[in-house]
Amino acid sequence: MASVLTSVDDPVMEVQDLVTHYGAVQILRGVNMTVSPGEIMAIMGRSGSGKSTLLSYLLGLHRPTSGCVRLLGLDIARASAAELHELRKNIGVAFQGGAMFSSMTVGENIRLPLREHTKLDEKTMQIMTRMKLELVNLGGFEHLMPSQLSGGMLKRAALARAIIMDPKLLFFDEPSAGLDPVVAAELDELILRLRDALQMTIVVVTHELSSACKIADRIMILEKGCVLMTGTVDEVRNSENERIQAMLHRRPGTKEIDPDDYLQRLTRD
Amino acid sequence: MASPELKHPLLSVQQLGRTAVQAVEECGYVAALLVESLYWVVFGSVRHQPVRLPSIFSQMMTIGIGAIPIVFVLSFAVGVMLAIQGIHTLRIFGAESQVVIGIALSVTREFGPLITGVLIAGRSGSALAAQIGTMQVSQEIDALRVMGINPVRYLVSPALLAMLIMVPTLTFFSDLAALFGGAVYSTVELGLGVEAYLQQTLDVLAADDIMQGLIKSVVFAGIIALVGVSNGFSVTGGAEGVGRATTRAVVLSISYIVLADMVFTYFLNR
Ligand SMILES: Nc1ncnc2c1ncn2[C@@H]1O[C@H](COP(=O)(O)OP(=O)(O)OP(=O)(O)O)[C@@H](O)[C@H]1O
Ligand SMILES: [Mg+2]
Repeated sequence: MASVLTSVDDPVMEVQDLVTHYGAVQILRGVNMTVSPGEIMAIMGRSGSGKSTLLSYLLGLHRPTSGCVRLLGLDIARASAAELHELRKNIGVAFQGGAMFSSMTVGENIRLPLREHTKLDEKTMQIMTRMKLELVNLGGFEHLMPSQLSGGMLKRAALARAIIMDPKLLFFDEPSAGLDPVVAAELDELILRLRDALQMTIVVVTHELSSACKIADRIMILEKGCVLMTGTVDEVRNSENERIQAMLHRRPGTKEIDPDDYLQRLTRD
Repeated sequence: MASPELKHPLLSVQQLGRTAVQAVEECGYVAALLVESLYWVVFGSVRHQPVRLPSIFSQMMTIGIGAIPIVFVLSFAVGVMLAIQGIHTLRIFGAESQVVIGIALSVTREFGPLITGVLIAGRSGSALAAQIGTMQVSQEIDALRVMGINPVRYLVSPALLAMLIMVPTLTFFSDLAALFGGAVYSTVELGLGVEAYLQQTLDVLAADDIMQGLIKSVVFAGIIALVGVSNGFSVTGGAEGVGRATTRAVVLSISYIVLADMVFTYFLNR
């Protein structure tokens, strides 16, 4: 699988002019981004700006209207089923709600990729599972069902499952949303450690500015399906753009109201 | 805006068209699911993504073993019912003892497969739709896909295989239970010996009759699995959506079972 093994400097992820629709509604309007090896990229934006939508297309869960997504050098819209299968062993995803399989214990959940993709024996898989659980501070919770975990624990368990195959590329949707500040900070530390220890490239979707500033090398800001800006943390901080400043200082957005449009919305049936 | 009188018929024609298109789409989707899940059964191990035996067995346990008591009770009751009605009808001709033939044939050719099919549709078809629908809503299906685990191979193939094995097995069991029910009532009512009843049943039953029932039950199994699974995958809109899909799966699969039964009975008796 030559396309999966990229050379050192090639971007790990490359998105070109990505346009997507839900039915007739255009959601993403031409998104471009590149992520280099070992980089932590944060995708930020207001609620409804299309972050989760972008993530689902990055993962190849839907077919875009136009544009292309390359992961580890492979164009996922053109790849064969076998190539995609190989690619997915090198990618880890922690979903926003965890998406742990409710019919299995936490340990079985985390072991599942190993069981499906490797021929390791039971004992080895168990040790690897426990190692990852320790890594996310969930040692000893192996035998609980996902429904017995709290929200923050679920997020960490999902992270453990995402990294069980030691992926080259990790996606993490809203790592700190809904967590208490201490646990959120721990997760941030963990993300940094994963990058440093395992050389993972990490794409994080978040709307916590403090967390993004702490972990991200670069930040991409989405607004209404367009990229408002991509830059390092400092570049984003020093940006002159009014809407970015509003977001940084948590000022309520100045909604520009178009009177005609407003009237039409009120009277439309 | 057109006047309401004009608007209405146009709208219903449009609606009819949409429904037709949807129905065709759904048929295509179900056919694709069937082909794909059979593909994984046959070629899964060649592609190093086998359909796992343990998941087939656990599905067989939940679909089959768990249903034994209820299949027995209902089939037994239908056997008794057939005996009551048969004796009542045949008494007009003074031919009560012929009831044995009636029960033997109608149970094996019709009632066994039908009762089992309807029961499993209500019990396991709905569970399948609910399970997959819930997984769809909570992004577990997405999680499987991004892990490189094909949801059709992982979820559909084992369920389909388990259905194809267990529904005919249960149908055979249902045949026995219904015959037993008929025997209990008829022997008491007609003062027939159990042995005589058994002998008569065996005399009249040909392998063909039982086969006919079993062939139909294989078709029913396919219908239950595919309708349940496809409704599960198409869930949108949270818990309410799961509920709707579950109900729809049961109603549709029972309807398809009855229709398929009619068609098959027609062709198998030409
Ligand atoms: N299944 C869907 N069908 C139709 N439209 C959708 C669907 N999911 C999302 N949308 C629309 O897509 C747009 C972007 O949604 P998305 O979920 O990507 O936002 P987000 O940036 O992740 O927001 P949040 O921070 O609140 O999670 C929204 O306008 C939303 O209405
Ligand atoms: Mg979101």
